[in-house]
Amino acid sequence: MNKKGYFADFGGAFLPEILVATFDELTAAYESAKADPAFWQEYENLMSSYSCRPTPLTLAENLTRHFGGARIYVKREDLNHTGAHKANNVMGQGLLVKRMGKKRVIAETGAGQHGVATATMAARFGFDCTIYMGEVDVERQRPNVFWMEQLGAEVVPVKDGTRILKDAINEAFRDWVSNMDNTHYVLGTACGPHPFPEMVAWFQSIIGREARAQVLEREGKLPRRIYACVGGGSNAMGIFGGFMDDPVELVGVEAGGRGLDTGAHASRLCSDDAAIGVAQGYKTYFLQNAEGQMQETHSIAAGLDYVGVSPILSHLREEGRARFTAATDREVVAAMRLTIRKEGLIPALESAHAFVQAFKDAPDMSPEDCLIINQSGRGDKDIFTVADAFEDPGWREFIIRKAEQYQT
Amino acid sequence: MLETYLKERRKGKDILLMTHIVAGYPDWDACSDMVAAMVDAGVDLMELQIPFSEPIADGPVILKANQEALERGVTVARCLEFGREMARRHDIPFLYMTYYNILLRRGVAAFVHEMADAGIRGAIVPDLPPEEGEEYLSAMAENGCDPIFIFSPTTSDERLRYLSSVASGFVYCVARKGVTGMDTRFSDELGAYLGRCRRATDLPLALGFGVKDKTDVDFLTGKADIAVIGTQTLRLVEEQGVAAVGDFIRGLR
Repeated sequence: MNKKGYFADFGGAFLPEILVATFDELTAAYESAKADPAFWQEYENLMSSYSCRPTPLTLAENLTRHFGGARIYVKREDLNHTGAHKANNVMGQGLLVKRMGKKRVIAETGAGQHGVATATMAARFGFDCTIYMGEVDVERQRPNVFWMEQLGAEVVPVKDGTRILKDAINEAFRDWVSNMDNTHYVLGTACGPHPFPEMVAWFQSIIGREARAQVLEREGKLPRRIYACVGGGSNAMGIFGGFMDDPVELVGVEAGGRGLDTGAHASRLCSDDAAIGVAQGYKTYFLQNAEGQMQETHSIAAGLDYVGVSPILSHLREEGRARFTAATDREVVAAMRLTIRKEGLIPALESAHAFVQAFKDAPDMSPEDCLIINQSGRGDKDIFTVADAFEDPGWREFIIRKAEQYQT
Repeated sequence: MLETYLKERRKGKDILLMTHIVAGYPDWDACSDMVAAMVDAGVDLMELQIPFSEPIADGPVILKANQEALERGVTVARCLEFGREMARRHDIPFLYMTYYNILLRRGVAAFVHEMADAGIRGAIVPDLPPEEGEEYLSAMAENGCDPIFIFSPTTSDERLRYLSSVASGFVYCVARKGVTGMDTRFSDELGAYLGRCRRATDLPLALGFGVKDKTDVDFLTGKADIAVIGTQTLRLVEEQGVAAVGDFIRGLR
């Protein structure tokens, strides 16, 4: 093991000794896959035949007219199989698991999208699958739990700690240190010890590669800005990756929760509540107290409700290469409603964070310019949360009737 | 340094015992009583675990102890005071066991200096491999504290030798894969692994993870220098109270 996987001062591999050999093996498998053009070709073939790649770049004409500024494009990661960009990373790691000859996969999940994607991949490739999910998230994302179980995965509710995403990651690590011989941990975001941040960003870079080619074909020039929501950071890294060397502003939008001044948020890169630390095997900005204990986070979007953030994004922030802002729960629900009405698109609550900032900025931009929002996932899964947020009376009555039916 | 103490101590005993508590759990008085009972029962050295919110190397029992301690308001500052008090009161070496972020937030050099000043002899930081620990290693050396590193059954011979080259005091060999507090099979395989560890270093060897009774300690006698009792005393305290600790330790060898 060498000191590697650093992005300036962020990243690294803070591993318990028992996992060092497993990470050496994984790093070797990843590096050999990356050096093999046939691997990426196999990956693209799989994503175009099993998922829906390339995903479209949709011009949101009604929203563009509504805001009267830059032309708004939406990169449609919601059209991936299983409904989110998570599939890109998961299918890629699945091919790697085949190369390594392992037979079992485990994963953490917050919103449930990564869990569903992993369970889907496991079904397709014939792997055993266990998904760790915080008890709080099991409650708020029940439909995804149902589908993971139908796909043959065992879903383990995690009752420790804050009972959300970070606790599910800890539990997945605890499984892995026992079962690494036959098991691969499909980490769902561009976080964790090396090589995960770099490897997940590599698989997700398919988003940015496509988006760049698509926008050049449509507009004949680059967009001014790219917007992506930031939880762990994998969809942001995915789309940013295509424009890293271009004069394009990269904007990451974090979960502002109930507001940055309330403490109830998950903003690591644009609030004063975070500090550099080491947890879950890597060094980045974490929401932690003065003594280094991790704090509770809050977001309406389970997939953004996370205490750390990709070390690559921390680096982009320090360099000034990307700008980070936050969107509150309330703004997110409003942006989601507007997008549904104006465009017939249903972004996930996570993705809707990116829409919030794009909507704030678009009116001040020239109609000659365009921007791209990464719609990282579809919002169908959020039907319970969204129906509550919209205070939809019909839905409420339906649930009450349904409950009564089950009780009789 | 610890190595000399341990080797000296070993001349009079077939195997040494290291025990563990989570600082502040179940409460401070119980912790003081447990340490006193363990020292009285002849324990040779002790780990004081400073609770962390994300203890990824620990199993359910120690994880729960970490969380409950934090929920009850245990702070790092208070743990360090407790460590100072224990080292002053008892004539055996104490080590801190904690995760790297606790050191990082306090400042690695400041933490180590404070620790040395309090008479704490070394530290076990399971999520800090030596490759990431430059600052830690030099601070420990400057302050005369021993950085305890970990050998595992998955560690290659080459890496065992590398770890041995940066370790001092003793080496902590984890008995098996997995987290703390699960069953370990005390088998020929474990004996062979300890033989591999023995060949890689001249430092005393401690064996921990799943050591729970006299049979296990007997198995380790002659193969390791120190048996580590971690989770089992926590279980005992939860089931039978602090008063049961002394007899349990006395019955181990």
